[in-house]
Order: sequence, then structure tokens, then C-alpha cells
Amino acid sequence: MSYDAHFRVWRGDADGGDLVDYTVAVNEGEVVLDVIHRLQATEAADLAVRWNCKAGKCGSCSAEINGRPRLMCMTRMSSLDRDATVTVTPMRAFPVLRDLVTDVSFNYQKAREIPAFVPPQGVKPGEYRMRQEDVNRSQEFRKCIECFLCQDTCHVVRDHEENKPAFAGPRFLMRVAELDMHPLDAAAETGVDRKRSAQEEHGLGYCNITKCCTEVCPEHIKITDNALIPLKERAVDRKYDPLVWLGSKIRRRGA
Amino acid sequence: MSHTPRQSWDVVVVGAGGAGLRAAIEAREQGLRCAVICKSLFGKAHTVMAEGGIAASMGNVNQGDNWQVHFRDTMRGGKFLNQWRMAELHAQEAPDRVWELETWGALFDRTPDGRISQRNFGGHEYPRLAHVGDRTGLELIRTLQQKIVSLQQDDHRETGDHEARLKVFQECTVTRLLKDGDRVAGVFGYERESGRFFTIEAPAVVLATGGIGKSFKVTSNSWEYTGDGHALALLAGASLINMEFVQFHPTGMVWPPSVKGILVTESVRGDGGVLRNSDGKRFMFDYIPDVFREKYAESEEEGDRWYKDQENNRRPPELLPRDEVARAINAEVKAGRGSPHGGVFLDISSRLPAEEIRRKLPSMHHQFKELADVDITAEPMEVGPTCHYVMGGVDVDPDTAAAVGVPGLFAAGEVAGGMHGSNRLGGNSLSDLLVFGRRAGLHAAEYAAALGEGARPRVSEAAVEAAEAEALRPFGVEGGDPAVSAGRAENPYALHQELQQSMNDLVGIIRKAPEMEEALRRLSALRERSRRAGVEGHRQFNPGWHLALDLRNMLLVSECVARAALERTESRGGHTRDDHPGMDRRWRRVNLVCRLAEESTGSAMADPLLGLVRLTRRDMPPIRGDLLSLFEKEELVKYLTDEELTT
Repeated sequence: MSYDAHFRVWRGDADGGDLVDYTVAVNEGEVVLDVIHRLQATEAADLAVRWNCKAGKCGSCSAEINGRPRLMCMTRMSSLDRDATVTVTPMRAFPVLRDLVTDVSFNYQKAREIPAFVPPQGVKPGEYRMRQEDVNRSQEFRKCIECFLCQDTCHVVRDHEENKPAFAGPRFLMRVAELDMHPLDAAAETGVDRKRSAQEEHGLGYCNITKCCTEVCPEHIKITDNALIPLKERAVDRKYDPLVWLGSKIRRRGA
Repeated sequence: MSHTPRQSWDVVVVGAGGAGLRAAIEAREQGLRCAVICKSLFGKAHTVMAEGGIAASMGNVNQGDNWQVHFRDTMRGGKFLNQWRMAELHAQEAPDRVWELETWGALFDRTPDGRISQRNFGGHEYPRLAHVGDRTGLELIRTLQQKIVSLQQDDHRETGDHEARLKVFQECTVTRLLKDGDRVAGVFGYERESGRFFTIEAPAVVLATGGIGKSFKVTSNSWEYTGDGHALALLAGASLINMEFVQFHPTGMVWPPSVKGILVTESVRGDGGVLRNSDGKRFMFDYIPDVFREKYAESEEEGDRWYKDQENNRRPPELLPRDEVARAINAEVKAGRGSPHGGVFLDISSRLPAEEIRRKLPSMHHQFKELADVDITAEPMEVGPTCHYVMGGVDVDPDTAAAVGVPGLFAAGEVAGGMHGSNRLGGNSLSDLLVFGRRAGLHAAEYAAALGEGARPRVSEAAVEAAEAEALRPFGVEGGDPAVSAGRAENPYALHQELQQSMNDLVGIIRKAPEMEEALRRLSALRERSRRAGVEGHRQFNPGWHLALDLRNMLLVSECVARAALERTESRGGHTRDDHPGMDRRWRRVNLVCRLAEESTGSAMADPLLGLVRLTRRDMPPIRGDLLSLFEKEELVKYLTDEELTT
């Protein structure tokens, strides 16, 4: 069942680097991360890679496999052509630290810019009452494992460093939507308008709903349809956005 | 003169899982400056892997539940070896800790009347686990992470600096606790990314580093679980208790090989899943131990009725505590009634409609589909035991989480010992993290605040230099240690694999004396060789170097497990002796305490045969009378000696 695969792995650091060729054994049932680990244990002990749970739950081992943003632990070797070279490169939207490890601090910075959940006044702990159907929507967004693949693939920032300061990216716009749809969030009472801030402070208007983020989401969260488009619709009475109009057309056609 | 940069904080928390983050939130809310150090990125800690839920007797689904019932279940699950005061505090405070999460934005699954829903789990008398599908750990870690961000936003508004009072040092590893005399004075570590060393001075340090599973070959634990906190505590002079008790979760994936050990949540059984052997038999009915016989169904019919009517039926034996189920699966496989890949069958597909399975167990559906090509709505899973959790840990004061014997050191969560006795119930880990994480943060903050500025311990230059030399040893260049240059360099990955194989084979789920003696010999040889663990390249994000340093911790902790397991000549909870199969009431009140041997400090090697760990026996404190009276006398006689019962 074992075979030798041809891998090309990007090796280098902030000063530059190159793809390095390896021939490495692959066993039945293995995923790309297993093969990367085999390289570490045999011929490249200093190959840098982030990983943690190895079960698609922590979102650490994000990289690009044959140019597509993916989790290495959830990409089975059997899903790739056995005779073709497997190219593994670091996420392109973030600065490389070393080999497959990138500097993802952009995301942590954006997380700090989203105002936190505001608990409702006068409701004591233990007295929160919410219906399941009212928490379903926000729960879908809370499945996010913060792998940042959506942030990596989003064309607003993928090759446009200049857009980063003004754009929170799909993950954190979805966070705004999650809080906006939380049945008990009391941000409005404190003067925070989540819809307006999505548009004016977190760059929702940059998103032109090409759904690239949804396509790469390993948790299959419908980021565009369920978070971003509704957020645009909710923001629309504040500010005209032609993409909302376009989005509603596209969605209707698909339905 | 060391060039290692120094920073000063009030409280340092090592580890950013549930316990660490909860401790940090508490210390910051007490008004102190708190630094969190973690090996992964912020929000990736192993807590995200927890699936089933948080045990708390809120009584939302069955009003009969209360803290006394939860306490009773916890003591039974741990076979009465639990530190009873911890079990009491845990059961009393868990509901408040869960409700508090909602005020920070957590969204649990709901009951029809809008409360937090609670599900059944092994060993819990009532539906008790607050949950979010089967991704409860993710919800917990994300909620705590977002609470920390919200505190940082407050600090930013006040001071202009997000990290003025609460800072997460991510992707950093602590290799030494630093002391000033008896007291903790700070930590020494390195940044994984750059390899640069750092020292943080702090009068109070909270260990929240999780467990030790990476010393075993088949484990549900991630790479982070190298027993760092256990080893750091030992090296700093603290002691570990109950190290012989290691929980093998009954249901890990067994195929394909690369995912062997990954967890299959107990919720599969809580929601109706059944275990069958290759004959199609529900074998758990044959494995109900005497101490639990009155509590579990005798027939499949009764067990099945229980899912609909829990008042009038007893629960199916698939929901026995984890140690019982793991041993039963092990026995079935050994008897030749296993599944094709060496496990048994766990079937939910014939028990629930496909749609309901997808809704209740979305991550399991996803995990099997993507990793094993198995559709759990249509076919059974293959499962087998996997090393999951260590009950043993730092010997702490039950109320304050302070490590016994080392002022300024605290421990919470899996790294702390006592709470779970000889076996932890599912769902009691997440509640443990919250209850004792908060307590550790609170008491660490109080301890630090009580010290005047002038009374703070100091970190000596010599201590930092010694820690640097130790960390650089794998490169074999600094320090001039002849043990490094003499002989062939060892590959740290190869050493790690040998360690894992030895522990799995010789100190695993079923143990016997000659095998554990062999394990101690192998550990000694590995310890010797690990001093020559060498790496190439440089210090920037070098995983081989990191592993070489982690080996020290894994070897120390493994020795504790093997030594304590050899000493305890009975079977109880997560410790099963083939040569001593019975539970012995005289062992019930004994804790085995591990300490570092005196002569092993410094660079001198201890006698390889003697090892580095010394073991002593200690009597447990007697259980308080009002807590004992929660049990029927007939039940107590199974655990307690006559002498204990009459006093």
C-alpha cells in the first residue's frame, strides 16, 4: 500500500527561500501533515510547521497545497494524484516566518478591533433564556476554528497589502455578524452600532461576495451567504451598497 | 553575564487552555498584571478538542440534580480516591462557572424553555453536561479568549495599551521555574519562532499546562502534552500525586493508522450509540462490576428504554465510567472478538435517524467522513482505547490550588492532582478547568498582592545562566559538557518513538510488575541517551530542538507513572494490574507521592537504576462526615475499611 511521493516544500524565511524537492514514503490513510512529519523525522529535522490537534479542530496547520488554502491534517493523500508532485507552500497572504510558518498577527490585531459581547443589563448569570432557533445562526459562526484560510484566500487582501488596515477580513466580519445576531447582545444600548461599524470601520464594503472564503472553510460555514450578505443587508439602510442588490439577485437565482 | 531580556509581571500563567485562561482572567480582574505563556497560538490549546460538555448540576433537564449528586458521582467515578474537598468545591461551583460563560458571550445548546441544555454522560446520574453539539471545548476556549480580548480592550481604552495588564506570549515554551530560596521567582523560556530566550520575573506562577499523553504511542493528546508543568513542578521541588492513574479513553479511532488514537466522543454513547464485538454482541452487559451492578440495566431492552424514560429504567452499561469500558474493549479484542483493525464496533447508525446523527454529532460525522471514509450515519465506527488524560498531578491545597511546599506556585486543570481520584468522569474536566482555574488565579493574585514591592523574590543571574546552558545543550556547542561531545548524537525523534512504544507496551492499560520493571530500565537507558539528543540547524523555529528539550519532561513524568504504578499493588480506576486484579480497601486511603531525588539536582547524574524520582506513601485526609452521609452504608463498605467506617 505504501508508495513514494514527490513533494516540493517551500523552505526559507523572511529573507527569501525556494521550493525544495523531497521523495518521501506515504502509507495508507495518511494526510499531508503525516508526510510533512515524516520529512521532519527523517531528512529535515528543522522543517518548521505549525500544527496541534491533527483532527481538524484547532486550525493550526493551514498552508497551501498545490496552491489551494487547506488544512494539512485534513487533506488526505488519497485525494491527490499519486503520480503528480505535491507542492506545499505557506499561506500567501501573511508574511513568512520560516518554511510553512507565517506571521498571523494580522488576525489577532483585527480581533481586538471588534467590540466585545455586551451582556444585557439586569439579567443575572443563570437567567439567560434564548431559544435554540434564535442561537442557531450565531452558533454556525462560532464553529470557526480560526484557521485563517478565509483570510488567506480573500482577494481583498491576498495580493493587496494596502487593503489590510481597512479590512477585517471574512473571519472578523463574520464575528461582527455573530454578535449582531446574538439574541442578548446589548451593544446597541451602549451606543455601538455593529452594522454601521462593519461598513465604516471593518471594511464590509470591500467584500464583493465572490464566496472564495466559503469555498475554503474547513468547517463548511456559509460565510458569505449566512454572515456577510445578511450583514450587508442589515447595513443597507445606513448606506447604499450596490453589491447588496447584486447579492440578493445571485442568491435568489441559486435558491 | 547573560543577555537574556527580563520582564516583570505580578502573575505568570503557563498554559493557555481552559484553566490557564480562566486563571489569567481572574488575576487580571483582581487588578494585577498577568502574563500568559503558551506553546501554541492563542486559542489553539488542547481544550478545543473537548467534545462532550461541561458537567454542572444546573438541573435544567432533570430538576433532581444538585451538587451533592454530582459530588457523589465524581467520588464513585474516582473510586473514592478523590481529594474530597476538591470534589466538593468542584460540584458546588461548576454551575456558576458555566453561567458566567454566558455573560461573556458563550452560546450553549438550549432546552425547549430556553435554558442551557444538558446531556447524559458516563457515570453521571442525571443529564448534566452543558454542551454545544460536540464542539464544547471550542466554545469554551473561544469564549475565554474573547473575554481576554474584551479585558484588553478595556485596558486599551484606559491606558492606550492593549497589553498593559494582560498579555499573551504565544508560541513560547517555559523550560524552568526560577526560584529565590524556597519561593518561586519567575520563569525561563524561549520563543519558539525565534529561539530567543526570555526571563519573566513574577512572585506567583500558575501552572496550567495540561497532561502527559505524548509519552504514549496511542493517544488523543496533541504534541503540546509533554508533561511540562508536571516536570517543571518536580524540578522546582514540588511533588506529584496519583501519577499511576492514567485514563485510557475507551473510544479512540483505530484506523487509518495515521489517526489512530484520535478521540471519538463519549456523546456517541450518551446519545444512544452501542458497542458490539465481531459476533454482533453488545458485550458491555458482561462487564458490569459489582460496585455498579444495581445502577445499570441488565438487559438490552431495559437499557434501550432508559433513553426515553430515565425515572423507571437503569442506564445501559455502555455508559459505565471510562476505565470500565476501556478494560472491557481491551478484553474483547484480546479474546479475538475485535473488529478488522483491532478495535470493536461503535454503532449509532442503527440507533438514530441519519439527520439526527448529523445534528447531534456533527464533528464526529465530519471527522470519520474526512479521515476514515466512514459514514457514521450508515455504518458502525471502529474504536479502541487511547491514552487520554492523567489523573495525577501537582500536589495542591484544595482550596487555593497552591502547590504544597513551593510558595508562589499554583496549579490548575489537568496538571493538578487529586480532584478526579483514580478515574475522571467525562465532562468533569471542563468544569475542573473553570472552577480551579479561577481559584488558582484568585489565590495567585492574592499571594502576589500581599507581597510588598521590596519583599518580592529576585531571579539570580546564575539561575538564568544555568537555564540557558541546559536549553542550549542539544546544539552541543555551548557549555562544554563532555557528555554531549562524547559518543554519537541521538535523534530526538527516534528517542521519542522508543519512549512512546515502551510506555504503551509496558505501562499501558493493563500492567504487570515485570513489564513495569523493564519499563524503568528502558527509561533509564533513554534518559542516558537523551543527554546526547542533538539537533542541527539554528534556533529559529526548530522543531527538532524543541522536541529534544521536551524529552526531559516526558522522561521524568514517565518515570513517575511507571514507579507509582509498580508500587500500587491493586487495580483501581485508571490503574489496572494483571497481577493484582482486585480493588483493595487498604489502598483506598493511600496517595503515592513523587518527588525529585535530592542528588539529581545540578548536572550530576543520578544512579540510573535508582532513577530520578523518589516515591513515598501518604495517608489521605478522612472524608468529612456530612459528605460521607450522602452515601448508603452498603455502598461505602465496598470502598472504605472497617476502621474508617467506625470512626
